[in-house]
Amino acid sequence: MSDLMSFSEIDGSGAVLIAAQRRVAMVTLKTDLSNKITRAAIKKLLGTTVPAQRKIANGVAWMAPDELLIMVPEGSTPEAQIEQLNANIKAPMLAVDVSDARAVFTLKGNNAREVLAKGAPIDLSADAFAQGDFRRTRLGQVAVAFWMEADDEITLICFASLRQFMFDWLVNAAQKGSLPAYLNR
Amino acid sequence: MLLLTCPYCGVEAEETEFLGAGQAHLKRHMDGSTDGEFTAYLFERKNPKGIVFERWRHVYGCGKWFHAARCAVTLEVFGTYSAQTFEPPKDIIAKIKAKRPEWEAKP
Repeated sequence: MSDLMSFSEIDGSGAVLIAAQRRVAMVTLKTDLSNKITRAAIKKLLGTTVPAQRKIANGVAWMAPDELLIMVPEGSTPEAQIEQLNANIKAPMLAVDVSDARAVFTLKGNNAREVLAKGAPIDLSADAFAQGDFRRTRLGQVAVAFWMEADDEITLICFASLRQFMFDWLVNAAQKGSLPAYLNR
Repeated sequence: MLLLTCPYCGVEAEETEFLGAGQAHLKRHMDGSTDGEFTAYLFERKNPKGIVFERWRHVYGCGKWFHAARCAVTLEVFGTYSAQTFEPPKDIIAKIKAKRPEWEAKP
């Protein structure tokens, strides 16, 4: 978990710590990811291979067969990343700064999985969803994506317009005494 | 509960993660079609008690459209396949015929 200054709102009243992160710089890249030349260019540029289906590695997440979500590394800016992507990928592509379109949350605690399991229609057991996995699904009625940052920490993203709703939803779902603590058994 | 496998995400997900969009493999009658054909394209849909071919979208996931072959009565899914096709693939048809010998593929 990064330092406290990177959070705009924190709620520690529940069984799992819920924190809303301040603006996280990220870029969406749309292009045909099966193209070998493109894959090589992305690897050279980002220093990491294109993640496999539904995986996240080194801050690059697989969103769809033709879409990546790139967390802008510290020391760089979305503008610089987009310029680099535009210059290096020759195939038809689109790179957009989506930092302001997204809200990012951190869930920390041994039962972080249980909080998401209340609203997401997927298998969140440690066997089915581990570190390195990336899943786009719904949480309640909200379209979200999340991944395990560590065994007890989940990062979740959703649209920025739903930031407060999502925060309140998570805090409500994490209330003490409300988690079955089944998945970590 | 209906479980569909998104051919793009490769993940078996629950129905509420998807958006159903009705009958698949419609012929799009546009310019040069008769009034009857155009009416049929716009309004007439099959509603069989049994095997259906449908369009679905992984709306809470990758956002891609795909097709699914399933049974409307038992919710048994015979397979999902790419939307970039005009007719169900042969392997899906074979699977259905293996399980429902009495079923006939109608155009």
